[in-house]
Amino acid sequence: MTALETAAARPHRSASLQLGLVLVGLHVVVALLTLVWTPYDPGAMTGGRLEPPSLAHWVGTDRLGRDFLTQIMIGSRIALIVGSAAVAIGAAIGITLGMLAAFATRLPDDALAATLDILIAFPTLLIAMLVVAASDTASLGTAILALGIALSPIVARLTRILAKRVLLLDFITAARTSGTSWPGIVFRHVLPNIWPTLAVNLALQFGVAIIAEASLSYLGLGAPPPNASWGRLLQEAQGTVYTAPIGAIAPGLALVSLVIGVNLLADGLRDVGDPTRRRGA
Amino acid sequence: MPARFRFDEAAACSRLPASPVDTRTRPILSYVFRRLAILLLSLLIAAVVLFVLLRLLPGDPANALLGVGATEAQIAAARAQVGSDRPLVEQFVSFLSNLARFDLGTSFVSRADVLGEIGNRMSVTLPLTAFGFLLAIVIAVPLGIVAAVKADRWYGAAISVISQLGIAIPVFWVGILLVTAFAINLRLFPSGGFPLRGWEDPGEAAISLALPVVTVALVIAASLLRYVRSATQDVLGSDYLRTARALGASFSEALIRHGIRNGAVPVISILGIELATTFLGAVVVEKVFALPGLGSMLLLAIQQRDYPNVQGVLFISTLMVLLTGFAADLLQRVIDPRLRARGGRP
Amino acid sequence: MSLLAIDHLTLSAGAQTLVSGLSLAIAAGERVGLIGESGSGKSLTAMAATGLLPPGITAAGSVLLGGRQVVGAPDRVLDRLRGTVTATIFQEPLTALDPLLRVGRQVAEPLRRRAARDGRTLDRHQLRRDVQALLEQVALPHPERIARAYPHELSGGQRQRIAIAMALACQPQLLIADEPTTALDVTTQAEILKLLDTLVRERGMALLFISHDLPIVAQVVQRVVVLRRGVAVERGPVEEVFARPRHEYTGALVAAARAFDAALGGSR
Repeated sequence: MTALETAAARPHRSASLQLGLVLVGLHVVVALLTLVWTPYDPGAMTGGRLEPPSLAHWVGTDRLGRDFLTQIMIGSRIALIVGSAAVAIGAAIGITLGMLAAFATRLPDDALAATLDILIAFPTLLIAMLVVAASDTASLGTAILALGIALSPIVARLTRILAKRVLLLDFITAARTSGTSWPGIVFRHVLPNIWPTLAVNLALQFGVAIIAEASLSYLGLGAPPPNASWGRLLQEAQGTVYTAPIGAIAPGLALVSLVIGVNLLADGLRDVGDPTRRRGA
Repeated sequence: MPARFRFDEAAACSRLPASPVDTRTRPILSYVFRRLAILLLSLLIAAVVLFVLLRLLPGDPANALLGVGATEAQIAAARAQVGSDRPLVEQFVSFLSNLARFDLGTSFVSRADVLGEIGNRMSVTLPLTAFGFLLAIVIAVPLGIVAAVKADRWYGAAISVISQLGIAIPVFWVGILLVTAFAINLRLFPSGGFPLRGWEDPGEAAISLALPVVTVALVIAASLLRYVRSATQDVLGSDYLRTARALGASFSEALIRHGIRNGAVPVISILGIELATTFLGAVVVEKVFALPGLGSMLLLAIQQRDYPNVQGVLFISTLMVLLTGFAADLLQRVIDPRLRARGGRP
Repeated sequence: MSLLAIDHLTLSAGAQTLVSGLSLAIAAGERVGLIGESGSGKSLTAMAATGLLPPGITAAGSVLLGGRQVVGAPDRVLDRLRGTVTATIFQEPLTALDPLLRVGRQVAEPLRRRAARDGRTLDRHQLRRDVQALLEQVALPHPERIARAYPHELSGGQRQRIAIAMALACQPQLLIADEPTTALDVTTQAEILKLLDTLVRERGMALLFISHDLPIVAQVVQRVVVLRRGVAVERGPVEEVFARPRHEYTGALVAAARAFDAALGGSR
């Protein structure tokens, strides 16, 4: 390495990672809390309609008199569930497809690559809307499945590119000649090598999934209450934004804080995985 | 098997153009034809997927026309009217042949021609998408360049931070915030709706689209900005810029002569996707501002199980996404000679 | 008067010192080599000499280029010095050329600039003829075809010749070559070295040749300065330094080169 590179490669604790962990951790704590306790019963109308924030109701009440803070807290739980499940499905489908493509012979691989390129051009939300439109009921499960399917092309393409690059390396040939089977190669050599980059990407997709689900809910294609996500809350609040602006602001802030946390986490993972990378800005 | 994927870089790099004749035009033409063929194939696949997905629905399309408690005869009549009683293959063939004649069918609910209705709605969605995209570029390119060149100043860093925030915000929330601030509180713009006479009333129409366009533009700009910044960073750290300066070019001269073109290449490669995202953003924003565009048509059709409308809008959306991808791909090929040499995906 | 006079140059990145107290002078027509291993600071010195240090590196000391102070000088002044007094060729020719422009145009750019600075104007045809002439001087066959090629269509050796042509277009008094042959294969290395040697001699240019490779440097320069971790540990006429190294580091370098040579049966 040149003198310049040595100077730049000092490993440093990533501020992004720390801040990201704090933000996401906050939401995780809130979400876990809602499993056992919420300020009020989410369905109970314990206050007047559209009350402003007060000591009894810290974020006021919604248009039916239900405690808004409770709704927002449950929103954390929904968002985290949707994000994790959608990414899990997307990863399962995407990594499998991408791995198959990386090992495939020329023609199937080219066909799959072309298909993936086409699918990637479609925004995640469009694919998700398509899947939801095709299903009978709007539910949390449908939304999760739709998002998972929508995310899989991106994961598949990345997996394919990364796996192909790893397969070119000499130690793969060495493993083959020493008798390791192909599944062994995948799990013991390819996956561990591509996992760091893949993980960063999956973390980013987590944020994408949360925003997409919020959009789906806003459009009325997402899960109905009691599984109301922040998107749904915002949609309900829009009509009464003049009298109760907090309804249109609080869920949005919650959503933005979680997504920023997730993005910072992803950036932090990237920094930790490869400290010699040129840092942005 | 890995050996198959190696390629001989030395051999590839030592190729000279075979003749003094300009070798640019012919490869581009054949590439255009190839891409058109892929485009048509993709459209076909999209049509199949749409058809299959919508027919997979557990519900019966005929139910859209009937209430509860319909008699068998009424149900059969509805099915015949809708065409869902014919065998699937026959439905698919007629679907495709209609498609080829640009006939997207008629709405189950309103009996209106789907393509015609889409055309009407386009007068809202297209300007929204186009102006939103253009405004996003106008915002993102200068800011992205400043964020990279002046990364050590506070305003450069601030731009980067703001764009990080920007990609975490859903487009509809931006819309809600803007409506709350500018329409409801300051009463500068209408809070929603589109004039009944549409563009025959250009002033009203434009004002109705003002906030929606800004909403879409802000969100897309945040995402575009990061790409512009990254491309500019690559240019600033590049060897060819260093060569130009080492041979006497000033910073701005080197940036203009070499930086702009090189920086544009990675940005153009994502312009296609960003335009598709803009289109989708427009569709979502239509709900925020109650605009009668493709978005509201789609949502209503989904609610009403109006399959021809759902199919039609999704198909047209697919077409637009594919077309923009096609255009962006061609543009990239024109600008970057390295893509032309390899004859395919790098 | 020296073309390049570096006096007690210290380069640091934050708290870390990369080059300390380096002094070096090159007179007109002199050929000097700067030798060191990776991380010794030799490329940074070359950048400092022309005021092209990357951001984050600070320079202290004095660097006089063509009599003008470089350290702390504004870009206005430095831009004028670069491309007239000095020109640089770099290690990696593929990335050193603009990938989107035909090489003929890239050679024409410094030509036009130099002409403008001299007060001459070149019309299109004259420019094209001058480009062809330069391409011939760097021994590129079929200059008309090569001029229309893009960098990725040429071999490494051809690209480096283009880079040399671009540097020559500036008619510099001092040519700085930063590891110009390191990225090339051995046969091409020899050709490029020979080309450089001939061109520098013919035009009476001064040369600052930077490398980690002793035998290569020895072929083109008269004097060497040996750099180790940013400090000049030895200097002198090249034959003397190699035959009777005084510093142990130089001795180690020479011994290693000799061992390599012997292992190859002296075929280098």
